[in-house]
Amino acid sequence: MSEIDEIVGEFLVESYENLDAYDEDLLALERDPADREVIGSIFRTIHTVKGTSGFFGFNALESLAHVAENLLGRLRAGELDVTEEIASALLATGDAIRRMLGEIERTGEEGTEDVTALADQLGRLQADDPASGEAEAPAVDASAVADVDTSTPDDTSPADDDTGDDHGPRLGDLLVERGDVDAEDVSFAALEQDFGDPRRLGEILVDDGKASEEAVASAVEAQVDNGQRSVADTSIRVDVGLLDDLMNLVGELVLTRNQLVQLVSDDTEHELTGASQRLNLVTTELQEGVMKTRMQPIGNVWNKLPRVVRDLSLSCGKQVRLVMEGQETELDKTIIEAIKDPLTHLVRNAVDHGIELPEDRVAAGKSEEGQLVLRAFHEGGQVNIEIVDDGGGVDADRVRAKAVSSGIVTQDQATRLSDREAVNLIFSAGFSTSAEVTSVSGRGVGMDVVRTNIERIGGTVDVQTELGQGTSFKVKIPLTLAIVPALMVSSGDDRFAIPQLSLIELLRLDGDQAASAIELVHGVPVYRLRGRLLPIVDLSSQLGHERDRSGEAINIVVLHADGQSFGLIVDLIHDTEEIVVKPLGSHLKEATLFSGATILGDGRVALILDVLGIAQRARVVSESADRAMSTEVDEVATEHTERRTLLLVEVGDDRRAAIALADVQRLEEFRADAIEHAGGQEVVQYRDAILPLRRLGDLLGAGFVEPPEVLDVVVHRDEERSVGLVVGRILDIVEEDVDLDGGATGHGVFGSAVIQGRVTDVLDIQVLLGNDPGVM
Amino acid sequence: MIMTTQFCSFRLAHLTFGVEVDRVQEVMRSQALTPVPLAHEVVRGLINLRGQIVTALDLRRRLDLPDREAGEEPMNIVVRSSGGELSLLVDAIGDVVDVDETTFEGPPETLDGVARELITGTYKLDDRLLLVLDTDRAVQLPAPA
Repeated sequence: MSEIDEIVGEFLVESYENLDAYDEDLLALERDPADREVIGSIFRTIHTVKGTSGFFGFNALESLAHVAENLLGRLRAGELDVTEEIASALLATGDAIRRMLGEIERTGEEGTEDVTALADQLGRLQADDPASGEAEAPAVDASAVADVDTSTPDDTSPADDDTGDDHGPRLGDLLVERGDVDAEDVSFAALEQDFGDPRRLGEILVDDGKASEEAVASAVEAQVDNGQRSVADTSIRVDVGLLDDLMNLVGELVLTRNQLVQLVSDDTEHELTGASQRLNLVTTELQEGVMKTRMQPIGNVWNKLPRVVRDLSLSCGKQVRLVMEGQETELDKTIIEAIKDPLTHLVRNAVDHGIELPEDRVAAGKSEEGQLVLRAFHEGGQVNIEIVDDGGGVDADRVRAKAVSSGIVTQDQATRLSDREAVNLIFSAGFSTSAEVTSVSGRGVGMDVVRTNIERIGGTVDVQTELGQGTSFKVKIPLTLAIVPALMVSSGDDRFAIPQLSLIELLRLDGDQAASAIELVHGVPVYRLRGRLLPIVDLSSQLGHERDRSGEAINIVVLHADGQSFGLIVDLIHDTEEIVVKPLGSHLKEATLFSGATILGDGRVALILDVLGIAQRARVVSESADRAMSTEVDEVATEHTERRTLLLVEVGDDRRAAIALADVQRLEEFRADAIEHAGGQEVVQYRDAILPLRRLGDLLGAGFVEPPEVLDVVVHRDEERSVGLVVGRILDIVEEDVDLDGGATGHGVFGSAVIQGRVTDVLDIQVLLGNDPGVM
Repeated sequence: MIMTTQFCSFRLAHLTFGVEVDRVQEVMRSQALTPVPLAHEVVRGLINLRGQIVTALDLRRRLDLPDREAGEEPMNIVVRSSGGELSLLVDAIGDVVDVDETTFEGPPETLDGVARELITGTYKLDDRLLLVLDTDRAVQLPAPA
């Protein structure tokens, strides 16, 4: 019984594969109805399904395939032209066959789906006779048979019996196998050839009325097909489970290698060191090799999309040309699976909302046919996928209005957003722009789900748009999930891994600083990071151990999740390590704080923190969750604004000045006694060169202040020169929308602004130093 | 004909239990446990079983028995379950015993609560009773009270 199951299993796998190609072929055929090779391929797919399902006794499947085959037969013979209706019916046939195969896979039976309507439609289409009866002219068929026959003269001739094995099965055998003719008739025809009949075997059979032209032609095609298939002998099918096991073992090997290399590095025995280095190399290569076996071209996901685009554009009455670039770009299989849905969603979205109706396009001066480009390429250890349409683009103001009315941002926040940020709000939960609900969108699966799914595998998604010109979505995803670099941290006695992909930066606040640095906003702890409020989450309290940290230094890991950043307080920060991600057992499904576990170099198990899970949970448990939310949205709002980043310094007697950070190369401290004089100027030796110093107080006329022992110096550098600007004190770096009051302008000052509650001169360094002849 | 079945016996508090030998993959001494914060209390942590990460369930907690005294190291019985390997933490591991089917009886009336649900019956050995653990049920987490 298991043997039968296996054969059915093979039939299913093969049919699914063929059907994938079938859809593609049909679409190709629609574009170029004259492509005989494509028709042949479609025909073979259906023919194989028919033959095999008949063999297994799946009668409904067989009869559906049979009517489809009849229709395809006429298309192939050129008696019918491929119309949109025919293509749709054939695509629907593929879907129905897929459903029936799925039923067979689940239950072993072909199910009770009623396909008679479809079969009737196919029958009717086949009976349509635009060529008014002439199509059946035998001359056409005979020449078709002769045509294919001459292309494979060797295999059909009995004189070449011995070579038959090398070129796939013989025609006669095929015909008998398919039940088209009796074995007796074939031997008889072969005998005729032996007696000097110059005709080919197929021709003899047709002429004798033993077989139809159609049967012979299709057998010849199958024969050619078989011959070609042997080319694929260099590849084998491998169970994905086996590859997963291999990957796990390699993961183990990597860990053991890490452990060993660590031990050996303390050791001085040369032979052992040598062996461990070789092990190191071999393991790395093996790891790469096994990773490659799991790589698949992204085209495997994309090949479903032409169909999606076709069906959708038809139902929306749009014309869309899909262009795919970089199908061969490879990705880990698990990632391919994970991005399938988000990608499909983005593509549907582009057709449904992005590309306009033909008349609107023409009115806008564009071609009737919209273009949708899918592009994939590798960059910096990541895979980039772009979905670009030349449609109407997204109206940032509409997005703002919608976001305000959906309560995602306040009116005030919305107006402060740049267009680019506003457009990115479409990824917020609870957002939907479609003014009208179509059958495609408005299904409750929004862009937020797309983003969540992409972030779950450590990817990012970004949108850029230009009104009237189009929209492009850029998705970045890692190559593999199995082995990832991670930062190890401690909370209490336990170590945890944080995937490096979520990491932005590390902060350390010393004891005295720590006490005041974490402030509470509406009961939510926050830290001012370069002038922005960073929500703070304490890992220990998330894990259920409250800890008193008063007086201790605080380590903060700044992470991003769901488009927001937050700081996670941990007890200790260790090294980064390459970790092998292993899933958690079913007993730990509820543990949403962890995305998996890994084994460390010392053999202990460490849990991998789920950054998204922590962010979500922290918000849920927060007493004033909604307020925290709005603070965070505020955060996002300010994140990318094209504001100015300024260095705040104190000059002379409590006067403040701001320098654009772009003008600052480095911040340095020099001891006052390091100052030397050259050409009447103060200079210091700095990086093997002489750095002239200018006192900002003097330049601004702020008056003389006794220099302290250690000078804070802002090093400015442009094409011509390097200058050290001596300031009273370096205060802070802020990001501000600078609202300049022209009042206090002077040489080298753009104006004054209120920054951090203080009147501050915003300096124009170029002018300030440019006026100074003393500077080289 | 006398049918015999083999059980791997182990001790939990004052009770002797048995699991079918063919369910047991291996037994191990105390292993380093990595606790999983916020997990169910029966889940004591994760152990590294030659590179495989296995969840360890404390049978004492599963059976509502008091926790082991501090310093008493549990032993691991790694069993195969539908969800993969799991380690059961027990007090001590005993012999593999052959039992005679004729000595089987339903669970003793003295058992109550959770233990009653998880024990399918007893074999009367010469010197003690062997309680047969329903492994499939024992490895499931109890519904939250």
